[in-house]
Amino acid sequence: MSTVSQTPPGDFWEVEPHHHHEGASTSIGFWVYLMSDCLMFAILFAVFGVLGTSYAAGPGPKDLFDLELVALNTAFLLLSSITYGFAMLAMVKGSRNGTLAWLAVTLVFGLSFLAVELYEFNHLIHLGAGPQRSAFLSSFFALVGTHGLHVAFGCLWLVTLMIQVGQRGLIDANRRRLSCLSMFWHFLDVIWIGVFTFVYLLGMI
Amino acid sequence: MAIPSEIPTTFLLGRLDWHAVPQDPIVWATGVVVAIGGVAMLWMLHKYRLWSYLWTEWFTSVDHKKIGIMYIVLALVMFVRGFADAIMMRLQQAMAFNGSEGYLNAHHYDQVFSAHGVIMIFFVAMPFVTGLMNFVVPLQIGARDVSFPFLNNFSFWMTVGGAVLTMMSLFVGEFAQTGWLAFPPLSGLGYSPYVGVDYYIWGLQVAGVGTTLSGINLLVTIIKMRAPGMTMMRMPIFTWTALCTNILIVASFPVLTATLVLLTLDRYVGTNFFTNDLGGNAMMYVNLIWIWGHPEVYILILPLFGVYSEVVATFTGKRLFGYTSMVYATVCITILSYLVWLHHFFTMGSGASVNSFFGITTMIISVPTGAKIFNWLFTMYRSRIRFELPMMWTVAFMLTFVIGGMTGVLLAVPPADFVLHNSLFLVAHFHNVIIGGVLFGLFAAVNYWWPKAFGFRLDAFWGKVSFWFWVVGFWTAFAPLYILGLMGVTRRVRVFDDPSLQIWFVIAAFGAALIAVGIAAMFVQFAVSIRNRDTLRDVTGDPWDGRTLEWATSSPPPAYNFAFTPVSHGLDTWWDMKRFGQTRPRAEYLPIHMPRNTGAGVIIAGLATVCGFALVWYIWWLAALSFAGVVIASIVHTFNYGRDYHIPAAEVRATEAARDRQLSAQGA
Repeated sequence: MSTVSQTPPGDFWEVEPHHHHEGASTSIGFWVYLMSDCLMFAILFAVFGVLGTSYAAGPGPKDLFDLELVALNTAFLLLSSITYGFAMLAMVKGSRNGTLAWLAVTLVFGLSFLAVELYEFNHLIHLGAGPQRSAFLSSFFALVGTHGLHVAFGCLWLVTLMIQVGQRGLIDANRRRLSCLSMFWHFLDVIWIGVFTFVYLLGMI
Repeated sequence: MAIPSEIPTTFLLGRLDWHAVPQDPIVWATGVVVAIGGVAMLWMLHKYRLWSYLWTEWFTSVDHKKIGIMYIVLALVMFVRGFADAIMMRLQQAMAFNGSEGYLNAHHYDQVFSAHGVIMIFFVAMPFVTGLMNFVVPLQIGARDVSFPFLNNFSFWMTVGGAVLTMMSLFVGEFAQTGWLAFPPLSGLGYSPYVGVDYYIWGLQVAGVGTTLSGINLLVTIIKMRAPGMTMMRMPIFTWTALCTNILIVASFPVLTATLVLLTLDRYVGTNFFTNDLGGNAMMYVNLIWIWGHPEVYILILPLFGVYSEVVATFTGKRLFGYTSMVYATVCITILSYLVWLHHFFTMGSGASVNSFFGITTMIISVPTGAKIFNWLFTMYRSRIRFELPMMWTVAFMLTFVIGGMTGVLLAVPPADFVLHNSLFLVAHFHNVIIGGVLFGLFAAVNYWWPKAFGFRLDAFWGKVSFWFWVVGFWTAFAPLYILGLMGVTRRVRVFDDPSLQIWFVIAAFGAALIAVGIAAMFVQFAVSIRNRDTLRDVTGDPWDGRTLEWATSSPPPAYNFAFTPVSHGLDTWWDMKRFGQTRPRAEYLPIHMPRNTGAGVIIAGLATVCGFALVWYIWWLAALSFAGVVIASIVHTFNYGRDYHIPAAEVRATEAARDRQLSAQGA
C-alpha cells in the first residue's frame, strides 16, 4: 500500500443540509415505467406479427377495416396530443384556467377516440368477427383493445388531474403529475401510429 | 377430487361451491395444522397486543429497511411451504415402485410439482432477492430511502397478495397441474377446466405488478439517489448487480404480464392465441414465456454474485480483484440473458441454424460468469481469509455452482439437449445453480447482513450445522438426479416401472431429509441468536470490518440511515473513511426530511387480491366491485399531498448521542 497517499482526498461527510429536490426522480421513474409498458405493446405487436395472417378461413383485414373511420380516429388522437401540448404550454405560463381548458379539449378528443373504437369493435362483433373467430382477430382485439384501455385510463387520470389542478392550482406536485400524464398521452400516440401503420395500413395492402 | 364435468356457476358465488373443498385427507391434515397454527399466532398477537405495533411500525411502513425485512420474512414462510412440496415429491418418487402407486394421486402430485416451482421462484427467490436489495442498496449508496417509498410498500403487499392467492389454492379449489410455466394447450380451458390455472394466473399477475414497480423503484433509486461523489464506477458491486437485476426486471416482467394476459383471454374470453384450432400457436407461448423466463434466472442470480463479491472482499480484507471486469461481466450477462431463451426448447424443431445460434450464445454467457469466478479466486489468493459463515457459503457456492454451470454448458449443446431435454438431468442442473448459486448466496447474505439489520450476529455453531447439512444434503439429493437423467428418466413422473431405479430415488429422498435438518438448524440458529442477542451484540455497526457504506451507520440503522450525507472519493468508501479517520462526523444536527407511513398500500393490494380471487371463481360482481375499489382507492391516495414530515433535530441529536455513548463504552 505504498502508493496510497496519507492525506485524505477530501471530506467524507456533507454536514451542510442536503437538499433533495422533492420528486426529482419522478420523471425518470415514469419514463422507465413507460418503457416497460412499451415492452408490453412490443409483445402484442409481435403476437400480431405471428398471428396476423391466421384468418382460420374467416374474414381478413380487407373484409373488415374501414380506413376512413380509422383515419378519423387517428386524427382525434393526434389532435389530442397537440391540445395536450397546449395545456402544457399554458401550465408553463402559469395559467391555471388555460391549462384546464386545454385539458378539457384533450379529454373530448380522447373520449371521441374511444367512442369510435367502441363503435368499430361493436360493428366487428356484430359481423361475426369477434376476438374468438380467428387468431388474427384475437391478436387484433388484444393489441388495439390494450391501447384503447390505456386511453381510457388516461382519460380517467386526466379528469382526476383536472380536479386536482382546480383544487390546488399549478403547484409543483401538480405540475409534475401533468408532465407525467403528458408523457403517457404522447406515448399512446406513438403506439397508435404503430397500430395504424402495422395493423390497418399494412393490412389493407 | 371429483370435479363435475359441467361446473355450475351461480351469480353470487360463481364457481365456488362445496366441490372447492379438496377431497384429500393429506390436505385436510395440513389444513388442520395450518388452522391451529394460525389461530395460535392470532391469539399470541392479540395477547401481547401486537396488532397496532405491527400495523403502525411494519405494515404501513415506507422505511426500505423494514420493507426489506418483511420481504425476507415472506420468503422464509413460503420457503417452508415450497420445501414441504419438495419433500412430498421425493417421498412419492421413492415409494412408487414395484406396483406401488405411492401415496399421492395424480391430481394431487401434479399440483405439488407445479406449486413447488411457482412458489420457490416467485414467492421465495424473488421476494428474498428483492428484500435484500431493498434493505442493502439505499444503505450502500448513502441514501435515506428509495426514490418512491410508498410504491415500495405497495409493491411488497402486492407480492403478499400473490402469495396469499397461491396458498389459498391449497384449501379452496386446486392449484395448476401444468408445471410451473403452464404451457398450453395443457393450461388451456380444454385440458385444465377448473380453477388451478386461474389461481396460477392471478397469483402471478398480482405479484407481478409488485415486482415490476419495485424494479422501477430500485432502478431509479440507484440512478438518482447515490451519495455525492459516488460515480457509477465507484458503486459497490452489490449495487451494480442490483442495478442490472432491476433493469432485467423492468425489461422482462412486462413480457410475462402480456403473455399471461393472452393466456387469460384464451381461458376467459375464448380467444385463439395458444389454442390448437382457428390459427392459434401454442409454441408462441413457450417462446414468449421463456423470453421472460431466461432473464428471470439472471434476475435471481446476479444480486447473489454481488453478495459473493462483497463477502469475498470483506473476509479477505482486500479490495475486490478486478472490480472493473466484474462490472463489465455483469453488464454482459445482463445483455446476453436476452439472447438465449430458445435453449429451453431446442426440441421445438426450429432447425439447425436457429438451434446453433442459441447454443452458441448460451455457451458464450458462461465466459463472463467464469471471469467472475476467477475474480473471486484471485481476491482470495494469498489473503488471510476469515472463514466466517458468509465466507463458508461463498466457498460452497463456488464449488457447487461451477459444476452446475458446466452441466448447463453441456445442455447448451443442442444434440446433447435432444437426449437430456425434460430429463432429471435438467432438474439436477437447475437446482444445482439455483440452490448452489441463489440459495447459498441468500444464506451468505443473511449471515452477513443480519447484524446490520438487528444489531447482533447470528450464532456460528447452529449456522455451521445448517451449512454442513445443507451442502451435504444438496449433493446427496441431486447427484442421483444427474445419474437418473443420464439414464433417461424424465421429470414430473409419478410412478415408475423399472425397479432398478428405486435406489437412486431413495438416496435423493435421504438427501432431502438432510436438507430438512439444515433448514431446521437455520431456524434454530435464528432462535438461539435472538435468545443470546446480548452476547452476540454488535455496537460498532461494523462487525466484519466491512468496506462499503452500510457499515458506516449503526446496527440497526436509525430510520434516517445517516445523520449526514456521506461523500465518496473512490471505491470502498467506508474503508477509506476508516483509513483517514473520518468515521464520525461532528456538526450541528438538523431536522431530517422523511416520507410518512401510509396504509394505502395494504388497502389497494388487499382489494387487488380480492379481485384476483373473484376472477379465479368467476364471481363477476365481486371482481368488478373490487377492481373499482382498486381504482378509487388509488385515486383517493393521489389526493393526499402531505406525504412527508421532518424528524426534529433534537431527536436526531438524541439518537446520535446514544450511539456515541455505545461506541465509547466499546472503546471504539
